[in-house]
Amino acid sequence: MSDTDESQMTFEQAMAELERVVGQLERGDVALDASIDLYERGARLKARCEAKLAEAQEKVAKITLDRDGQPTGTTPVEGL
Amino acid sequence: MDLFEDDTAQTPSNAPEFSVSELSGAVKRTIESGFSHIRVRGEVGRVTLARTGHLYFDLKDERAVLSAISWKGQVAKMTVRPEEGMEVIATGRMTTFAGQSRYQMTVENVEPAGAGALMAMLEKRKALLASEGLFDPARKRPLPYLPDIIGVVTSPTGAVIRDILHRLRERFARKVLIWPVAVQGQNCAAEVANAINGFNALTPGGALPRPDLLIVARGGGSVEDLWGFNEEIVARAAAASRIPLISAVGHETDTTLIDFVSDRRAPTPTAAAEIAVPVRLELATWVSDQETRMARSVTQAQERRAQRLRDLARSLARPERALEAPQQRFDRASERLDVALQGLVAKRSVELARTAAALRPAVLQARIAAAQERAMGLSARLAPALARGTNDHHKAFARVAQRLDGDMVSQIALRKSEALATTTQRFSRVTQGQISDWRARLDALERMRQTLGYTATLTRGYAVVRGAQGLVTSAQDAAAIVSVEFSDGLVAVGPGAAPAASAQPESTQGASVAQAGPKKAKRKAQKKSDAPPDQGSLF
Repeated sequence: MSDTDESQMTFEQAMAELERVVGQLERGDVALDASIDLYERGARLKARCEAKLAEAQEKVAKITLDRDGQPTGTTPVEGL
Repeated sequence: MDLFEDDTAQTPSNAPEFSVSELSGAVKRTIESGFSHIRVRGEVGRVTLARTGHLYFDLKDERAVLSAISWKGQVAKMTVRPEEGMEVIATGRMTTFAGQSRYQMTVENVEPAGAGALMAMLEKRKALLASEGLFDPARKRPLPYLPDIIGVVTSPTGAVIRDILHRLRERFARKVLIWPVAVQGQNCAAEVANAINGFNALTPGGALPRPDLLIVARGGGSVEDLWGFNEEIVARAAAASRIPLISAVGHETDTTLIDFVSDRRAPTPTAAAEIAVPVRLELATWVSDQETRMARSVTQAQERRAQRLRDLARSLARPERALEAPQQRFDRASERLDVALQGLVAKRSVELARTAAALRPAVLQARIAAAQERAMGLSARLAPALARGTNDHHKAFARVAQRLDGDMVSQIALRKSEALATTTQRFSRVTQGQISDWRARLDALERMRQTLGYTATLTRGYAVVRGAQGLVTSAQDAAAIVSVEFSDGLVAVGPGAAPAASAQPESTQGASVAQAGPKKAKRKAQKKSDAPPDQGSLF
């Protein structure tokens, strides 16, 4: 994966990539320059993960249906 | 018997007389009042759902068949619909249909005759769907790790949706779309199937965004309550769903048909929420753990490198010390350099002096003189050597000339002259022999010629008579005779006759002479032989 697409990753992808980066850094077999790049990439991945985690907003809606059972829209659901 | 028969046949009865309608009405009243609430157990026969929504079916046992009808409103309330072959207990009342002289049962509710019957039906459906491969584990899709939108198919009111939302909130709050359905009763199956299909028909990210995970949920209940989730259309809709689907119907011990085709079965609605999302706090902890590990490993790696650098630096010798030994060698070499140079110059000077000594002019002149002397000597020897060489050649020539003396040449000439004379003698001898041979042969030939020629004939008395025109061989031509030839001469005859010349005629004419006639010739020859050789002149 290139370094530019973290913002497009799903949480799961970012997580797997972060895990890989950390594992690579921990093995310690990366050159100094590369390890700095890796660290920066890890930081971006972590930011992506945190952003996805921060998106934890509850929004519950009920679908409204017409006579034939086809969806017409939603109504917010409160108090459940 | 006969009398009685006659009575009935012929005598009008006292019994009251009914119209058909009156009787039908009476029967109707009797039946409907007598069977206003009944429960009938039997097997369901042929089932027909009319377009009006009324349901017509038969109830039967070994000996009898009972027509049954459920009106549309009644059908809607049924939890279990009658199906052919099903053993049921139907609850309702009897009615009549006077128009066709029929009676029938109006069924308000149908219950399976014992759970066994219902389960047998369920097993039959399961076998059918399993044979189509809908329960194949390979068909089950993995659930998304963290779905953004979760679609929940359930009743919008009640404990189930509350439990699900509550547990989602605890773990990882998400967007939830609720598709409200009846979770029991006649509409349940159709509505649940429609909801599953409807969620799949939405477009991702649209005004109504398509969820990435579905939960079909219902709380616990009786087998009949849950029966809608055993319906084939629900199972088929769940199997066809492209969105991963978690089924959570009833309690843990309740298993419905949808559980076999869903991608994941949750024992309870709460458990479905737990399966649906991870715990956010745990993830946040994990992420910060990763950060810590990352920072630690980078720091450690740097520390490791720094340590190694220090180690290497320590093991590097001081530069001054590294130069000491070479410095010392340099100093010593520098000292020895002057001495060695002076020594070398001295040595070379001596060699030069020695070499230069040999190069004085006197020595060179002496060498030139010596060379001149040698040249002179060689020049002096040159002329005598040349003369000697010439002399030698002269002598050799003289020796050869001496060998060329006159005697030898004369001897050779003499020898050759003798050989010539001998050869000449042999030649003349041979030639003489040859010539005398040829002469002898010539004589012989001449003799033969004379013998064969006519002249010899002449000596034997023949003569040759000639005229002016040649030989005369006929007596008629005697007048033309000019001369007669004999062996010893020619005699002229006739007017022109003259003493015969002694000239010899051509010997070639002899042959004609011989033919001139022997008589005449003989006579002439006789005459001639008597005459002397010169008697020709007597004529």
